[in-house]
Amino acid sequence: MGVDNRKMAFWAFIGSECLLFGSLIATYLVYKGRSLVGPYPHEILNIPFTSFSTFDLLMSSLAMVLALAAVQRGDMKQGKLWLLVTALLGLVFLGGQFWEFSNFLHEGLGLTTNLFGSTFYVLTGTHGAHVTVGVIWLLTLWIQAVRGKLGPKQALTVEITGLYWHFVDVVWIVIFTVVYLIQ
Amino acid sequence: MKSWLTTTDHKRIGLLYFWTAFGFFLIGGLEALIIRAQLIRPDGGLGVSAETFNQLFTMHGTTMVFLALMPLSAAFFNYIIPLQIGARDVAFPRLNAFSYWVFLLGGLFLNASFIAGPLFGADRLSVAPDAGWFGYANLTSRQFSPGPNVDFWLLGLQILGIASLAAGFNFVVTILNMRAPGMRMLRLPPFTWMALVTQFLVITAFPVITVALVLLMFDRFFGTHFFLPAGGGDPILWQHLFWMFGHPEVYILILPAMGIVSEVLPTFSKKPLFGYTVVVYSGVVIAFLGWSVWSHHMFSTGLGPIADSVFAGTTMLIAIPTGVKIFNWIGTLWGGQIRFTTSLLFAVGFIAMFIIGGLSGVTHASAPSDLQQTDTYYVVAHIHYVLFGGTILGLFAGMYYWWPKMTGRFLSEGLGKVHFWLTMIGMNLAFFPMHFSGLLGMPRRIYTYPAELGVARFNQLSTIGAFLIGIATLIFFWNLLRTRWRPANAPANPWGGATLEWAMSSPPPVYNFTVIPTVSSRLPLWQTERHAPMVALPAEPPAPIHVPGGSWWPMITALGLPIIAIGALAHLIPIVLAGAAVVIVGIYRWAYEPFEM
Amino acid sequence: MSEHGAGAAGAAGAAGAAHATTGTYLRIAAILVMITLIEVGVFYVPAFQSVLVPLLLVLSAVKFTLVVMFYMHLKFDNRFFAFLFGGPLLLALVVVVSLLLIFYGAVRLRTGM
Repeated sequence: MGVDNRKMAFWAFIGSECLLFGSLIATYLVYKGRSLVGPYPHEILNIPFTSFSTFDLLMSSLAMVLALAAVQRGDMKQGKLWLLVTALLGLVFLGGQFWEFSNFLHEGLGLTTNLFGSTFYVLTGTHGAHVTVGVIWLLTLWIQAVRGKLGPKQALTVEITGLYWHFVDVVWIVIFTVVYLIQ
Repeated sequence: MKSWLTTTDHKRIGLLYFWTAFGFFLIGGLEALIIRAQLIRPDGGLGVSAETFNQLFTMHGTTMVFLALMPLSAAFFNYIIPLQIGARDVAFPRLNAFSYWVFLLGGLFLNASFIAGPLFGADRLSVAPDAGWFGYANLTSRQFSPGPNVDFWLLGLQILGIASLAAGFNFVVTILNMRAPGMRMLRLPPFTWMALVTQFLVITAFPVITVALVLLMFDRFFGTHFFLPAGGGDPILWQHLFWMFGHPEVYILILPAMGIVSEVLPTFSKKPLFGYTVVVYSGVVIAFLGWSVWSHHMFSTGLGPIADSVFAGTTMLIAIPTGVKIFNWIGTLWGGQIRFTTSLLFAVGFIAMFIIGGLSGVTHASAPSDLQQTDTYYVVAHIHYVLFGGTILGLFAGMYYWWPKMTGRFLSEGLGKVHFWLTMIGMNLAFFPMHFSGLLGMPRRIYTYPAELGVARFNQLSTIGAFLIGIATLIFFWNLLRTRWRPANAPANPWGGATLEWAMSSPPPVYNFTVIPTVSSRLPLWQTERHAPMVALPAEPPAPIHVPGGSWWPMITALGLPIIAIGALAHLIPIVLAGAAVVIVGIYRWAYEPFEM
Repeated sequence: MSEHGAGAAGAAGAAGAAHATTGTYLRIAAILVMITLIEVGVFYVPAFQSVLVPLLLVLSAVKFTLVVMFYMHLKFDNRFFAFLFGGPLLLALVVVVSLLLIFYGAVRLRTGM
């Protein structure tokens, strides 16, 4: 078909991940409102804080796309910068998740407390694990760039990294809407 | 030996899959024979305990589905697809090797449960999975399955799922992106087409069971209540998630065999596949519809009349493209110059047996009649007609067909005919009576039955049939082994096939094609109305062809997975972390390793 | 080349080239942030409660589409990638909706009658 094998494989992988997250979201939705005990979503979800997380992740997608553009045109100085920014914004997101989870635990929502806790933590936890992998991936690329081993010839690798990262962002858009905004 | 451990050559990987899968097939068969020996007469034939019996039917099903049938199909995907599309290898050779090693390790992990009892302080040697191959909640909860059995099952399946997914991505890209010039999609051999459709089913269905198993793992290890009513959970959710995977899975099991039949019939009829385009599209339609029928496994769970009707309707619809294929296969044979080789016999046997299995399937499609059939031996009859009479016969057809290409040696046709007829008699003797014992009320998964049920005679016949299958299979195994001592005299195209895998020596050189051919028809090697046969490939490549070396990293990375699983089983985080470290290091070394295709 | 959808304003300028520019990316980022603010706003304004769910679904779908089409470059890439992604995405949606109908459709039907 004249496309790069790795790019096609990655889109197939992303398609597959839609089913993974789709099943987790379906489980969350099926069990919505069925918790036998509290805390319940409306009591505990912090919309302002999570909006900030959402904003952070959106900005990280911007950074990612700027990183790719830079690498593609051979501007490795910018490329390095934006890769690092993307990774840092991802870390900020993870930090936020960590903080949010700690607060919830403090307020009595644990993994096994009720169905809301179980489905919430498994869904957002899986997403967070994906973000973590993404951050490690980005930092690996950044280190490669710092060592002078990343350039326009590796633009496809950066592009695929971007596909992964944007997908993780897009999943969060769905989670933010379905879990936080639609209660 | 080392070269086999580090190989990234699709042909070697195909052979590895074949022998490993065949080994597991024999194990699964042994489990079936013990089951049948136990059921030969009412009130306990062999004295097998209920607990052991549960392990036997669980492992028989799990082994046959995940460790035998799927990998046997994978053996042919691996060996044959690059050859059929005119490529030198698959898109990601190391990922291909990785899939194999993960499969092997997953299978070993699962079967290790048979002897792992003492490690878990069990009072018996075997702690093999015992909750059915479909693991229904909440039998699988920690409360009702306290031992490690179900843990082996869910961890083993997660490992195997990774192997399947990796292969799925690999073959989708290979088939779409690495075809020889002129090999348009509608010129692809039907086996490769069905393989492509199968891989799409794999990459969409396996994530769902991954989620289901994760949720089950959380219930069992971390105290959640995803499937436990006490905490508000619903065991039916497990069934939905499992069958959303499980139904596409059965199409994953049958489509490759259908592809094989679509190759074998034309070759031995000296006629092109009748209605090629329609057969291909039917396969695609079957895959789509296969995603819409899952709750027909749940008609007795109280879904309500609307859901019941919807799923009954979609299930009946699937009979249409299936029937279309059957008519096209018959049309292929009709008027052809038929050579009754063993391969052809198995392909024809497939059609006959699959029709029977399909008919019982259609009776399941109607929710009211299914309420009588479900959980009885009638279903066991259905599944074995489609999976043994369908998939396995189709796979045997493929083995006799492609063995000369893969090894350069012929399987004995004499032994093959014995294998075929004994198998046909055996399987019908084994499974046909099950329709009756099922309708007379014999439930599934019971280790004994009372004489008053009136099914003793049927069970006797089934047991005899099963042992006949066993003998037939051993004859086949002997046939396989003895080719080692036969002369390697198979020509490039022993059967006069039309497709590219017959265009080079048997077995092919490591680089497959001396020159990548340009294809201008669906039947490159045949003289057709509009096309002369493809010009023969040169005997030697015009310039040296780079052959990628092997790599240790696929195998090493794969090793990390069972280590993680063992850590989880043992509830020891350090081992889990060690396994994860192996995986991560493996991936990094893999990524940075210079590897030229 | 004419376009439609929320991205039109920013993307139209780049429509000529088979590639978005930095400017486009920034404009899209701005749109994404704006939509997020609107979503949060809508969440808090009581007047919107009745249409909250459909409105939020639509807004998030727009964000989703913008990121996929432009940041993931799907708009400009081989059509087949859209199929590789869109097919399973559609399937995932069907799975979610089917399960919701199965678990809740029946309840509504029984009580609604």
